[in-house]
Amino acid sequence: MRRTALFGLAGFTALALLGWGVNVGLQYLGRTASPDVPVAPAPPPAPTARITATLFYGAPDGMSLAPVRVDVPLAEGPVAQGRQILRALLQPPPAPYLAVIPPGTTLRALYFTTSGDAFVDLSAEVSAKHPGGTHAELLTVYAVVNAMTTNLQGVQRVQLLIDGREADSVAGHVDVRRPLERDPSLVRQEPAPAVQ
Amino acid sequence: MAQSPAPITVVSAAGRRALPVTLVNGQEYVALDDVAAFLPLAVREDRQGGLVITVRGRSIVASRDRALVSVDGRVVALPGPLTRAGNRWLAPVDFVPRALGPVAEQRVEYRRGSRLLVLGMARVPRVTTRVEAAGAGARVTVEITPPAGVMTVSESDRVVIRIEADALDVAPVSGTAPAVAQVRADQAILTVTLAPAGGEAKVTATTQDTAARVVIDIAPPGQAPEVSTATPSPSPSPSPSPSPPPPPLAVATPGVRTVVIDAGHGGDDAGVKGPGGTLEKQMTLDLAKRLKSLLEARLGVHVVLTRDDDRAVTLDERTATANNAKGHVFVSLHMNGAPSPALTGPAVFFMRLDREGEDTRREAGAQAQALPVLGGGTRVIETIRWDLAQARHIDESRRLAALLAGALEGREGSAPAPVQPAPLRVLAGLDMPAVLFEMGYLTNPAQEKAAATDNARAALVQAVYEAVNRFATEPAPPPPPPARPPAPPARGRR
Repeated sequence: MRRTALFGLAGFTALALLGWGVNVGLQYLGRTASPDVPVAPAPPPAPTARITATLFYGAPDGMSLAPVRVDVPLAEGPVAQGRQILRALLQPPPAPYLAVIPPGTTLRALYFTTSGDAFVDLSAEVSAKHPGGTHAELLTVYAVVNAMTTNLQGVQRVQLLIDGREADSVAGHVDVRRPLERDPSLVRQEPAPAVQ
Repeated sequence: MAQSPAPITVVSAAGRRALPVTLVNGQEYVALDDVAAFLPLAVREDRQGGLVITVRGRSIVASRDRALVSVDGRVVALPGPLTRAGNRWLAPVDFVPRALGPVAEQRVEYRRGSRLLVLGMARVPRVTTRVEAAGAGARVTVEITPPAGVMTVSESDRVVIRIEADALDVAPVSGTAPAVAQVRADQAILTVTLAPAGGEAKVTATTQDTAARVVIDIAPPGQAPEVSTATPSPSPSPSPSPSPPPPPLAVATPGVRTVVIDAGHGGDDAGVKGPGGTLEKQMTLDLAKRLKSLLEARLGVHVVLTRDDDRAVTLDERTATANNAKGHVFVSLHMNGAPSPALTGPAVFFMRLDREGEDTRREAGAQAQALPVLGGGTRVIETIRWDLAQARHIDESRRLAALLAGALEGREGSAPAPVQPAPLRVLAGLDMPAVLFEMGYLTNPAQEKAAATDNARAALVQAVYEAVNRFATEPAPPPPPPARPPAPPARGRR
């Protein structure tokens, strides 16, 4: 009986020593080996496919809309592509072009109908921050209408919604109660420069 | 025995009315029931033969045969006692301002010289006119106290001064000159008529704190009038060029009897704000009022404003006002805005129809229906969508826009005005020829500054006047021959 107890104690001690040794050894290995181990780099993001869209900004003289070719991300389907185009259009324009859509305006929603009408729902800033005037309002409205009808096959007309609702006008002049067709008369007639 | 002198004119913000006057013992009396038509009062006789007149809960007590009344306990003397004539009570004219005035809670002012009884906020400035000979010519000086806005129009033989007022308290003209035939006041218009071959008139208008002044310098024919140097023009423009002479007064505007002027924006909607702080809504209202004065004075048309103060009016309300007034012409006044401050000049817009509108326009005539009317017979009714009523006036609207652009050409500071079709909300439902006039870019600092001057505003108003006058008096060009319907496509067998 006494012999059995001695064997048990010796075995327990040996196991404890073995565990301590393994733990110390692992800590040593971890401290010294990590700088030398090459870390596999994260895989690069998949290259985003892009398309060239024609956007409409204020011409430098403020008189008309200037067509400008801009790269925008390629998206699946016309609705997603329309969103990408509108998001690009709502960004501040590259120099020397002038902003015709009030800063802070965001895209709330975009709908298409089977009859070729697009409904572009913009945030309230498009109206609340608009500087006013028939000329400035025409440029605002047709920057959106022309961008959608020029770049998206099948879109014939565009109706603006403001903050989720139908509106009379953006700034008191242009009738946006119904879908509007493209207006090339407001566009400066010259080749569109490309902007990356 | 009572006689009937000239009636007194009661002037209030609501308009004017005549107040009959009766002579009693050499004093002018008015009937209390006539006064009750514009100053609500109740008359009650007491048992002692006295009279209690109640106005807004306050009492005036009068006793028969005594030229005294008690007004809220205060004794007021009158030129004569209140008296009964048949079943009517008569009171001296002075009873109205002296006794009724203190209890009426509004201004009640009697201008004895001009026989005007002025109520409330009515604007009745005092107008004094002095005529002086100056060599072979003359100078006419008109002073308006307190100051009021004036619009002057020079014609070949007269100068018309339209004063922004409800009535004029006109003093007798002092002085004479051979070059001046007549000075006549009619409501809010003062007309100075030159003698035959009296010469050429130069008009200068100034406004000071206490009075507005119009000076008319008349020179003999062939001699340029010497402009008064004592009344410099308030215009900050360094060298204002004189406005072109207005065309002769048009007396016949057969097709245009009601003109609707729409002052853009208003209330919370200030419209474009210039870099110097000028607000579009203020400019459009000022110009609308000027235009109303000019058109009414010179064309004799009825002018309806869609707003006459600084309040918000929806676009539908503006359209409804115009259609309900059965206007023959609609002009919406605006100031423009652009993303670049460099842009300048006026622009004239008329309605552009989309496919839907063009369809509506074509169908308007085709859908005319002959409906029976009361008393027999039929009446042809053209049906058209209410929100596209402008569709059948597009050609006339384009003509009006072109006339306005033409009237703007060559004016001081004006670039040629483009005429543009656009889908404009305020025009869409108008059942009359209509244009939207962007009078200049408020975003351009120089144009903002120029637009603040009287000369620039007068030029804009004159251009609209000329366009409306020509639109009304010149025959419209014959309509183009109707397009032949396209031949139906040949049908073949499949």
